[in-house]
Amino acid sequence: MLSRVANSLYWMNRYLERVENTARLIESQLHMLLDLPSMRQDPNAWKPLVDITGDYKYFSEKFESYDRENVIYFHTFDKNYPHSITSCITAARENARSVREIIPSEMWENINNLYLDILEPGSSLRASSAPHKFYFNIKMSCHLIQGIAYSTMAHGEAWNFSELGRLLERADKTSRILDVKYFIILPRSDFVGSSLDSVQWTALLKSTSSLEMYRKRFNLISSKNIVDFLIFDREFPRSIRYCIHHAERAFFNISGTPFGVYDTDLARQFGKLMGKLNYSYVDEVMGIGLHQFLDEIQSDLNNVSSVIHDNFFAVKPVSELDQSGVQTQ
Amino acid sequence: MNFDSYNPENFYDEFFLESGKPRPEVEKLVNRINSFGKSDLSTRRRSANSAFKQMGITFGVYGDNKGLEKIFPFDIIPRIVNAHDWDLIERGVKQRVHALNLFIQDIYNDKKIVKDGILRNEFILSSVAYRKECEGLTPPKNIWCHVSGIDLVRDHDGQFYVLEDNLRCPSGVSYVLGNRRVMKQTWPAVFEALPIRPVEDYAGRLAETLRYLIPESILKPNIGILTPGIYNSAYFEHSFLAQQMGEELVEGQDLVVMDDVVYMRTTKGFERIHAIYRRIDDEFLDPTVFNPDSLLGVPGIMKSYRKGKVAMANAPGAGIADDKAIYAFVPEIIKYYTGEDAILPNVPTYVCEDEKQRQHVIDNIENFVVKTAHGSGGYGMLIGPFSTKKEQKDMIDNILREPRNYIGQPVIQLSRVPVMVKDHFEGRHVDLRPYVLYGKDIYVLPGGLTRVALKKDSLVVNSSQGGGSKDTWVLEEEIIKTDRPSDV
Repeated sequence: MLSRVANSLYWMNRYLERVENTARLIESQLHMLLDLPSMRQDPNAWKPLVDITGDYKYFSEKFESYDRENVIYFHTFDKNYPHSITSCITAARENARSVREIIPSEMWENINNLYLDILEPGSSLRASSAPHKFYFNIKMSCHLIQGIAYSTMAHGEAWNFSELGRLLERADKTSRILDVKYFIILPRSDFVGSSLDSVQWTALLKSTSSLEMYRKRFNLISSKNIVDFLIFDREFPRSIRYCIHHAERAFFNISGTPFGVYDTDLARQFGKLMGKLNYSYVDEVMGIGLHQFLDEIQSDLNNVSSVIHDNFFAVKPVSELDQSGVQTQ
Repeated sequence: MNFDSYNPENFYDEFFLESGKPRPEVEKLVNRINSFGKSDLSTRRRSANSAFKQMGITFGVYGDNKGLEKIFPFDIIPRIVNAHDWDLIERGVKQRVHALNLFIQDIYNDKKIVKDGILRNEFILSSVAYRKECEGLTPPKNIWCHVSGIDLVRDHDGQFYVLEDNLRCPSGVSYVLGNRRVMKQTWPAVFEALPIRPVEDYAGRLAETLRYLIPESILKPNIGILTPGIYNSAYFEHSFLAQQMGEELVEGQDLVVMDDVVYMRTTKGFERIHAIYRRIDDEFLDPTVFNPDSLLGVPGIMKSYRKGKVAMANAPGAGIADDKAIYAFVPEIIKYYTGEDAILPNVPTYVCEDEKQRQHVIDNIENFVVKTAHGSGGYGMLIGPFSTKKEQKDMIDNILREPRNYIGQPVIQLSRVPVMVKDHFEGRHVDLRPYVLYGKDIYVLPGGLTRVALKKDSLVVNSSQGGGSKDTWVLEEEIIKTDRPSDV
């Protein structure tokens, strides 16, 4: 497969995953505030949604306050912000357009539709007049696109590069949401069992689409179990371990080496990360500090991404290698 | 909506012999449309348009930084070509492409046509499309123009003429295929009732055409379509063809030449590519040979091509045959190489390089169409009857400054086809571009792109100038006139 094509497939799916996550995040925030009348007056109620991105600087330069309108605009329509829903859909579509001949037509058509919808002049009105429906629809479009890919695309190399992009992005998003939200809710832990507290924990689970699955496993809401579930659950498809485990499989499928043979740089990176997730457990993580643990995971994820780039997308001919001396891998 | 008020006026109308009297081949369709309720046709139009939008069948317009991609305007009333006319067209364009291919081979090698005094050497050498780098070269299987599009028009008496030959990278075939797909959804019952020839296998034939250039000993060759990228106006077509053929769509950055062999950069390292259907003009193909600033091309690809390590379609240098001044000599070229008279005549053409012909163009400029020898897309042309005095004067200045680069043709009253305008039909001018593949033999796709000037009275059909398209239905056999209007 052409390196450029693999690169586009990988990024197309990363962007789509990002869109889906942002839409869900806003949707769950809207739901949460409906259950928390007191918080609706809080001028910083929407601030965590900016914290999750880490892009405070951009936000504070452009907007005066963390009110609902600003945060929603920032996350949804801001064309200058590269991670807004609009920017990500545009980027996903550009990538899809450059690999139209590789992906199923229905997949392209639905990505194109999503793009046409969000760019349509009435879309910001729809977002403010019926926000639940608006974000719900975006989320469902993303699911639809993924579903089409899953059931109509050959699960070969193209598919595995798509998976790689999607799963790495998802692992990154889950770790960020957990990291930020946990520390916002935590100081209120003395309210354990209060309705405010459980509404917020519930919202955290909803923002990762995990409430129902969590309930099946743990029944009761507790901060430790939530951490355990979102990081270590073996079966839940948005837990970090699940994402990395399946990303690793996708990588082995692409490279064609037997699963578990760690003889390339990328295989080793994956192996180390998986080791961390396999041989840690929740009490240990809470002992080290959740934030520090998640920080390490994120930097490992970044390493994996950059090795993927060097390994698959930036193939250099021999002559160029000679000039630079070594190939960075 | 019906055709009761439709007036073919003083033009050759592809649908009506006279008002209310349809030609036999369109009768079924006309009856069908006449039986529709008022909103039926507009509903069909709406659903056809949304199908295009959803499929993302678009083209890019240069110089329009806002739009970037547009839907190619489409009219759901087809253009119908009967079997008799098609037979003439098919024989005519085959003959033409065959002769042009011999011509290109000759001028880059023996130059017999010059030695025999038919064309002057300087006339050929002064063409912008002449490639010195191709002298002495014979491409695989002696084929230069693998894919061509021959633009045809019809005058007020119904006579077909060749207006232009496109032998570089003729585009538009994806619209032929896309239009057909949408039309089948729009008019399913009509398709069942009429013997419309399918266009579906174009991509397969194109793949065969390219495969033919690769030695048979290579069992699993790689074929690529070289595109300038997603911002090119025809990008949709490039990716569409790649998808339909199941071949790789490559950009310049995906290819690299090592030891004169062309490779693709893949996730598993470098893989050899054997044939390239390039949709990049000669000038941008190889920065080490042609335009050194080109970022679209592949450094070293010409050397690899010359050494026979990679095949390219169309062959670099083939564009010489769509120089519009050389076009003027195509009837002589056909006669010279095949001994036959041209089956399809040229539009009378005045070559401005010749002093007498130039004067004639200048004296009659208000009645002439003036074109540049290398232009395409309808840019830089003048249509006498629709131009201002100032535009005419500017054009005359241009001609005098660069006579070799201009030709003049009397205005042809292009034939017309009805299009939907709000709630009724009006006649609009059309042309027709059949697509020709030259591989093991010469194949003409039974269909082609009918371009329609959507502006009233306009004679310019180019998509970049407000033109649209129609599906072209080539009928299998003569339609026997029927008295039963409701059998569709």
